[in-house]
Amino acid sequence: MNTILNFGLLARGWILAFALVVVGCGGKSTSSENQGGANENKPKLRGEIKRGNEITEVKLSNPLDPKMVADGKSIYEVKCAACHRLTGDRLVGPSWEGLTKKRKPVWLMNMITNVDMMLETDSTAQALLEQCMVRMPNQNVSEPDARSILEFMRSVDGEK
Amino acid sequence: MKSFKFLILGALAVVAIVVSGRLTTGCSSQNAAGSVFSDAASKVYVEPGKHDEFYNIVSGGFSGQVTVYGLPSGRLLRIIPVFSASPESGYGYSEETKPMLNTSHGYVPWDDTHHPTLSQTNGEQDGRWAFINANNTPRIARIDLKTFRTHEIIEIPNSNGNHSSPFLTENTEYVVAGTRFSVPLDNNPDVGIETYKENFRSTASFIKVDPKSGEMDIAFQIMLPGVNLDLSRAGKGPSHGWFFFSCYNSEKANTLLEVNASQNDKDFIVAVNWKKAEEYVKAGKGQKQSVRYAHNLLDESTHTVVSKIKNEVIVLDPKELEGLVYLMPCPKSPHGCDVDPSGEYIVGSGKLAALIPVFSFKKMQDAIASKNFEGEYDGLPVLKYDAVIKGEVQKPGLGPLHTEFDGKGYGYTSFFLSSEIVKWSLETLQVVDRVPTYYSIGHLCIPGGDTKKPWGKYVIAYNKITKDRYLPTGPELTQSAQLYDISGDKMKLLLDFPTNGEPHYAQAIPANLVAPNSVKIFKIEDNKHPYATKGEKEARVVREGNKVHVYMTSIRSHFAPDNIEGVKLGDEVYFHLTNLEQDWDVPHGFAVKGNTNAEILVMPGETQTLKWVPDRVGVHSMYCTDFCSALHQEMQGYIRVSPPNSDVKIKYGVGDQKPS
Repeated sequence: MNTILNFGLLARGWILAFALVVVGCGGKSTSSENQGGANENKPKLRGEIKRGNEITEVKLSNPLDPKMVADGKSIYEVKCAACHRLTGDRLVGPSWEGLTKKRKPVWLMNMITNVDMMLETDSTAQALLEQCMVRMPNQNVSEPDARSILEFMRSVDGEK
Repeated sequence: MKSFKFLILGALAVVAIVVSGRLTTGCSSQNAAGSVFSDAASKVYVEPGKHDEFYNIVSGGFSGQVTVYGLPSGRLLRIIPVFSASPESGYGYSEETKPMLNTSHGYVPWDDTHHPTLSQTNGEQDGRWAFINANNTPRIARIDLKTFRTHEIIEIPNSNGNHSSPFLTENTEYVVAGTRFSVPLDNNPDVGIETYKENFRSTASFIKVDPKSGEMDIAFQIMLPGVNLDLSRAGKGPSHGWFFFSCYNSEKANTLLEVNASQNDKDFIVAVNWKKAEEYVKAGKGQKQSVRYAHNLLDESTHTVVSKIKNEVIVLDPKELEGLVYLMPCPKSPHGCDVDPSGEYIVGSGKLAALIPVFSFKKMQDAIASKNFEGEYDGLPVLKYDAVIKGEVQKPGLGPLHTEFDGKGYGYTSFFLSSEIVKWSLETLQVVDRVPTYYSIGHLCIPGGDTKKPWGKYVIAYNKITKDRYLPTGPELTQSAQLYDISGDKMKLLLDFPTNGEPHYAQAIPANLVAPNSVKIFKIEDNKHPYATKGEKEARVVREGNKVHVYMTSIRSHFAPDNIEGVKLGDEVYFHLTNLEQDWDVPHGFAVKGNTNAEILVMPGETQTLKWVPDRVGVHSMYCTDFCSALHQEMQGYIRVSPPNSDVKIKYGVGDQKPS
């Protein structure tokens, strides 16, 4: 068992979010209001942005848990495959080829379970939105299901 | 005697003319505006992004639907398709929802809704379901307040003009439906209309409601005299176990009712002891009658309505079953029949009377015990008016229709002819306040105003005439409601708001009893639809004879498959669209060119089916109708239709997927 912690990215995100909230209270235009296309500019409804439930720690299994890989694959086929291919180039969203080498487990888990928070606070997620021009849908994936998807992603990248 | 009656009618008419004359001058906007208080705007202003305090569930009348507004803002939140097909969502057009509009007459895509009634537990609103009647082809619908969708419709046999419904008992044990038209019963249908007095009957149907699922089932019907049942209410508290129906046409007229049904000085409030009825049914005293009616129920796991035809109903004849039904004389052609929060007082509203009779449940019980009857009507005991009346509200106005209660000891009665709401004390029966309505109020509603625990705060008037209140839109004008503050001693007009269809009755419920339970998505894991496509991997096109099934998915922002070939003229194409989204407020719509019915609007996780019978050879477009993302306009596809004898094979794909 191997524990990976990631403080840096999310901590930066939270500081940014906090700053925006404070500035936003003054009623002035904030940088976030000027980002994104017309569709992303609409006012956020209360409760629309989930700020809680961020994942700060992911325990990785070694070797891979075959049941989680299988579960992750079937969830992928229902909820993810319409936009993400496993190999090659971007379809709607990025291909998953080499994904676990590029992104930290904590980032992936948060992107799957808490996409609205990530698009609000995380610069990598925001950069991807500028490329793809479609907000990644919140597919209501529970944390254990996201963990299974992560296991499947690792198997796609050849981990055993 | 007769001339005396005409004299009274004449006098009423003169008063009516005088009153309406006063109203005509009152029509100027200045006068109306003058009755609004200066702080009215702040009382109805709900900040952008903030929520209203109440849901107002309003009948759509001839629209056949139910409309939901927020109060106090009067903002339109939703039109719920119930008895009328809705091409906007595909309700009544999709293969899954067509069976909801099935009846013993076949598919009926329209009706007339009147009286939404919210479910109760212990006589208080519980926020679970709304029931509403179809007046024309008698049916009762149940709307689930978790989804604001119609989940069930049951047809009522032995019924015409299902007006006196649906009203419910204090634990939603029964939803009750009474008939406006008396008719020959279904087992002896072909009789001369002139034999009305012998052969025509009204009926009251008691529909059992499953306390968990809400599922409805007709427990029994009570056969009543050939009068017109108008409205009804259940007893509550001490009067729980009784049901009260107003009726007119005790004259039993079958033609020109306007005159012929307005002869008697008094008609009746029909008091039914439904606990006794249960005992009689249990003892086998009911008669099984062969009938035909549809029962349509949504299967939530398949998102599909299943319609079944049922063939039997139990009918009780109160003439032969003692203690089941008593009649209380009530002046004159009573319309509303409302029970106060304590359950002790039953308020009749004789729409041709110039007073409001208030009956006492306790006195009624005493009169029954001491057999204080003035005679019989159709073999049913008629109680003495003086023995059951608590008193009359004198000179309240003209044409009382309906009464709601504020829980602080006051009744609020609507007056159609004199176009006003009158507030009166239940204790002293004195009028304490009155406000004009613009114009000709029908029903009125106080949040929780029919329960043991009214929430008070507002009374809303649902008016029959709008005239000059809004910008004119040709001969057809909007219908309208008016919101009054009743938190103080005096009623204050706060707001006019337009309504959809014709609003009859309405109820209002605190938002916090409903909003927290609102469903956001249908979980794709729970989708058991036989044609669900759970993931693009399963997307496919399958030919079965001349039926072509398209297993299709949608997600921002493409369909799979979006290129389809091999369909031939003469085929029936079924697009089974599964929306793979699992986020709130991301429906996808689907439309195909030349389709002769509607679009379908598919919620996240849901599967809906649109049937398309192409009428010409060619390549036809299909697209998403609900703006879903920045690339919504790209969410489109093609379907090729070839001649019947062509050898184009079924072929489909999306993107660079290999067509199979």
